[in-house]
Amino acid sequence: MLSVDLAARKLELRPGTPVAKAQALYPDLVLMDADPEGDRLGLEKLALWFQHRIAPIVAVDASDGLVLDTTGADHLHGGELPMLKDMVHRMAGAGFRAKAVVADTWGAAHAIARYGRAPIAVVSSGGTASALTDLPVEALRLPSPIIEGLATLGISRIGPLAAMPRAPLALRFGPDVARRLDQAFGRIGEVIVPVRPVDPVEVSRNFAEPIGAAETIAKYIGKLVPLLCQGLDERGQGVRRLDLLLHRVDSRTEAIRVATAMPVRDVKRLTRLLCEKIETIDPGFGIERMVLIAPLAEPMDRRQTMSSLIAEEEADVSDLIDTLANRVGTQALYRFAPVESDLPERSFCRVPALAPEETKDWPEHWPRPTRLLARPEPVQAMAELPDQPPLFFIWRGVRRKVKCADGPERVFGEWWKNDAELTIARDYFRVEDTSGERFWLYRAGDGEHGETGSQGWFLHGIFG
Amino acid sequence: MTAEIHKKPGLETLRAAISRLEGHSDRRRTVLPFGVREIDARLPGGGLALGALHEVAGGGNDALHSAAAGQFCAGIAARTRGKVLWIVTRQDVFAPSLKQVGLSARRTIFVEAGSDVDVLACFEEGLRHGGLGAVVAEVARLSMTASRRLQLAAETSGSLGLAIRRWRRQTDAADFGQPTASVTRWRVSVLPSVPLPAPGVGRPRWLLELIRARAGECADFEVEACDGKGRLSLPATMADRPDQEAAGQRRASA
Repeated sequence: MLSVDLAARKLELRPGTPVAKAQALYPDLVLMDADPEGDRLGLEKLALWFQHRIAPIVAVDASDGLVLDTTGADHLHGGELPMLKDMVHRMAGAGFRAKAVVADTWGAAHAIARYGRAPIAVVSSGGTASALTDLPVEALRLPSPIIEGLATLGISRIGPLAAMPRAPLALRFGPDVARRLDQAFGRIGEVIVPVRPVDPVEVSRNFAEPIGAAETIAKYIGKLVPLLCQGLDERGQGVRRLDLLLHRVDSRTEAIRVATAMPVRDVKRLTRLLCEKIETIDPGFGIERMVLIAPLAEPMDRRQTMSSLIAEEEADVSDLIDTLANRVGTQALYRFAPVESDLPERSFCRVPALAPEETKDWPEHWPRPTRLLARPEPVQAMAELPDQPPLFFIWRGVRRKVKCADGPERVFGEWWKNDAELTIARDYFRVEDTSGERFWLYRAGDGEHGETGSQGWFLHGIFG
Repeated sequence: MTAEIHKKPGLETLRAAISRLEGHSDRRRTVLPFGVREIDARLPGGGLALGALHEVAGGGNDALHSAAAGQFCAGIAARTRGKVLWIVTRQDVFAPSLKQVGLSARRTIFVEAGSDVDVLACFEEGLRHGGLGAVVAEVARLSMTASRRLQLAAETSGSLGLAIRRWRRQTDAADFGQPTASVTRWRVSVLPSVPLPAPGVGRPRWLLELIRARAGECADFEVEACDGKGRLSLPATMADRPDQEAAGQRRASA
């Protein structure tokens, strides 16, 4: 058997068990013929999807995985860990149980993803060696005769194998063992040959002499982008993702990816987005080929500009949004939109900066504080029951006497979302202390019934 | 005060000469007036200069929370046209409150930058763009170099830049005394609200200190906080008298 599903795994069936044995144990076992060609095509499709979504350099790894070079692309997804979580989550949504690992080298990531315990892991640079030590030698992408040979010698883990002298190993098993070890530990490079999207808009330029200076790279970006835009113009498309691949003389590939919020075909704007990323490139001994490719392009309509008769047109800020998003990440750029909820912390959500404008708005019956604390801070307070504002309260060690107050504004728990909130209530008060500072306090509970909350006081916001 | 200047052509030419020496003679001096005569009269040009960087800090405990300073800036931003970029390091702006000073959530784009360096970079980028109504950024440290870059970016594009100085610790707030290239510098402190005849909290009041104004003088104002359209106003006791005077003069001249 090549592969088993979760239910079979629970029955102690493992890949490698002979089919006859498995059938003898479980006569009603469902068997399906392996389809390596179908798997490969499926993986290639998945690789293309990852190329659209995540990073420019994606390749199929062995028979059951993908390898991505996420350098210079993880910031678009909020960092390495959120990116992995997003990937695994999306795979789970499609019905696959996936594991994802970021490591310094392809070899290490391959090994830890397949033989490590955690489904999501980020191996810090420098921690590669210690992370690999305890893994089995199967993780090294070696052919099975070598694995068996190593088992005969009593070597099952990578740690002891890496500590052995190289010469006898090479004599017995050939150069593969040393090569795979060096690749995993990052002593020699390994080239990822990316999958190619179907029929992309692509322009490239070869250099007789390798280039390396930032100004030179910028100059050639400035020459490639107009060509790309011309290609896009012919198809009536604009780019959403733009990759610049720089092939170095030592056969490594550096990549820059920029993303845009809306389809773009503007030469100046794309050049600027790419040029801002030049500092992230390591040209090494020089770059001999530059490829500019648009893996994700969308139809772009020509839009009629509004007549100034009705209203002055608002300036277009989408280019600024793109510039900022490529710097801080798309998640860090948002607007707030109203959510229909009486609980302050649930009354808003974040929407993309260029999302269509919503028509709803927050009700304006009550003043709302300028700052809302991330979580309400407990304060000591004395108040008359059941519904009087506090006479004084102590917050962060400072005792404040309340001079005047507005309230209570009673907020009930959202029982339609959560059973535990059925009886919950909060009484909000806007209070002003003797020095004039204004705060938003609430009591957890209605001041009469114990089941409505702890009756403790909390500070939730600060008014200007 | 402005009326006096118009009477003295010598002073006016001297001013023009100075602004030419400063190297931005071709700049269009457009301003965003507060709509409060007492405040606008103290500001060169009769309002908050557009195409310039302004600093705002909270006084007392507000140096840490920037609740009043934030509301003050939101009120200014609400009176501009176009989108508003609001850059923070840790997000605690409560969006419904912006709405209550007239700054719609549809207009406000938030940027959550990872560090102060990123905040300044985004701030400069936003100012350089020129299509925004106002750019608001919450920064702790603002060096002379950084503020000069921001000021130049604002000058070239004509955008309004508002730096809310907000510190993590009260002791860091002394940083506000350091010189920067901003055109005006404000401190907003909360005052007890307008007393009401019934129990309750009245309209909030602020002590608005104009600590520094380029080509202007310092001043203090006791104002009532921004209303639903972002406008400040002077408390009635102060505002009435000059109005009465002006009305009297009009009557007398008629």
